[in-house]
Amino acid sequence: MASLDPQEKPLRPWALLSPALTAILLLLVIPVCFIAVYSFWLRTATGADIAGFHLDNWAEVLGDAFYRDILGFTIWIAFATTVICALVGYIPAYFIAMTQFRHKAYLLLLLMLPFWISYIIRTMSWINILGTSGVVNVGLQWLGLTDEPIQMLYNQWTVIIGLVHFLLPFMILNVYVSLYAIDRNLIDAARSLGSTPWQAFTEVTLPLSLPGLAAGSLLCFVLAAGTYITPLVLGGPTDAMFANLVFDAIITQLNWPLGSALSLVLLALLGVLVAVYNRFAGMGQIAKSFG
Amino acid sequence: MTEATTHAVTLQKVVKRYGDFTAVHQTDLGIEDGSFLTLLGPSGCGKTTTLRMIAGLTSITEGDILIKGTRVNDLPIHKRNLGIVFQNYALFPHKTVQENVAFGLKYRKVSADEARRRVGEALELVQLPQTADRFPSQLSGGQQQRIALARAIVIQPDVLLLDEPLSALDANLREDMRVELKRIQHSLGITTVFVTHDQSEALAMSDRIVVMSAGHVEQVGSPEEVYNRPSSEFVARFLGASNILEARIVSADRTGAKVETQGLGTFQAAIDQDETRRFAEGQKVKLSIRAEKLALTATGKGAAEVASGDAPDIARFDGRVTTVDYQGQVARYFLEAGGHQLQAINTIDEHPLSEGEAVSVGVRARDVVVLPQ
Repeated sequence: MASLDPQEKPLRPWALLSPALTAILLLLVIPVCFIAVYSFWLRTATGADIAGFHLDNWAEVLGDAFYRDILGFTIWIAFATTVICALVGYIPAYFIAMTQFRHKAYLLLLLMLPFWISYIIRTMSWINILGTSGVVNVGLQWLGLTDEPIQMLYNQWTVIIGLVHFLLPFMILNVYVSLYAIDRNLIDAARSLGSTPWQAFTEVTLPLSLPGLAAGSLLCFVLAAGTYITPLVLGGPTDAMFANLVFDAIITQLNWPLGSALSLVLLALLGVLVAVYNRFAGMGQIAKSFG
Repeated sequence: MTEATTHAVTLQKVVKRYGDFTAVHQTDLGIEDGSFLTLLGPSGCGKTTTLRMIAGLTSITEGDILIKGTRVNDLPIHKRNLGIVFQNYALFPHKTVQENVAFGLKYRKVSADEARRRVGEALELVQLPQTADRFPSQLSGGQQQRIALARAIVIQPDVLLLDEPLSALDANLREDMRVELKRIQHSLGITTVFVTHDQSEALAMSDRIVVMSAGHVEQVGSPEEVYNRPSSEFVARFLGASNILEARIVSADRTGAKVETQGLGTFQAAIDQDETRRFAEGQKVKLSIRAEKLALTATGKGAAEVASGDAPDIARFDGRVTTVDYQGQVARYFLEAGGHQLQAINTIDEHPLSEGEAVSVGVRARDVVVLPQ
């Protein structure tokens, strides 16, 4: 361990980190730099991009209320999804963490099960549930509660339902990890000192599970804010999210410079969010649920 | 019920079963008000289960538990007014020392000023008055243990329950805490139930010791009684170092018995005044003799001379030292005598005996305990 050459010591960590750093550089830093450079190019009517340093794309993205509104809508959808995931996900996470059930591992495996099916298929399955000839409408008509099928699909709520469906396991896993790590003696100690089961939960269990809740929320928010498939499949014409704009600019309009500027805006927003989280909670918590 | 009034805690025919497994067999126990009682035994003997049943952390299968004369079987834990100290301290990591200690006062209609004063007193009592604003993670293990104790006693519990509170500490600290804990318990006069597998803790701290094995109470008594007059082979073996010998009663009366062993001749043995333990002639029994009660004398110094100075109740036999385990003040000797492997612990006078040395072994009648087969 102790090196005789004093020069070698400060370099050694860098040498050991170099594979990881190389991967991050090639797969993350350089592509983002490309995107940044692209965002200053200009798209012409003829289809050729003009290289250079033009601020036109940025002026459009930052100045046009259209983009700001969609950014606001994206934040709202991601926020609503996160809150619902937190409320709905805490209960199964608590149950799995506290149960005496012998095959706890299978419960966690069930949580992973949806990931074995394509995300797009899972999203589209809501059409079979909420569509005009879907399960819910057929059921309501059969019960005689309605004569005509109710239009339930293609609005912001179906987007949120689809996102909750997709993101719930991330939340449950993160909360589960923090709940599982709580020493049961702490709860017994709180109870012995006079707190009811509910008081012990609010005084001890809940505060100690907040790191998991925060980590799960961050993951849900970031993934929800960056999605474009769910609004595409389950949203209506006015329910486009920010990533849909990027998708349209790059795939439909072939306007890479504009798409680059747009994606950097989203990246900056989520980057700030992650930085704030990291300041208060630390990224280590998220790593735990994958360890 | 008259008895229950002087008892802070009473266990009446208490049984705990998990499915087919009986963790605690029918147990009756009274814990005197203000006393320090230890549940002592190896792991899995049911001592922690017993403590948890008193605490209300584990349900009772059969029987009743009374605290201050009131049946508490169905009383939830938060209404029992008990102070519990856990082995791993169980301090709330997200709360300061002040908040930890004040936790139980929140549920006891104590004013903010009163709470602050009582927390201050409790921290004073455990000699950590400067730590109120720190978090548990900023304290050492021993300090955390003191805070856990302060948190348990600040609510003025009817009973203090200690679940192996010292076993997570290192050896030196453990001995300090042992004295400290006893001092605090004594100054508060609080009824205490202490669970441990460590016999020296039990002997040093307790007013009474309950020795448990495999879910049964083996013996209840003062530290001296349990140590010097074990009532079963298990107790004799569990506490200290004992020599267990098979023997047969030659004659017995109220004052003592004459027993015959194979290879070591006959002994006088003391028998408890306790009338319930009568031994019949010819009955097979076991003898327990503490290692430190076997007095070794090198035979080279003149066996006759040694024996002539003996009191009449001392029995003697010859042996040979096989192994010497030198420990400074004392030495533990392993010896061979009459076909038996024995051990003796003697203080060292100048030099320890040496291996292979022939010795004369003396043992007094009152140190020979007769146990039922």
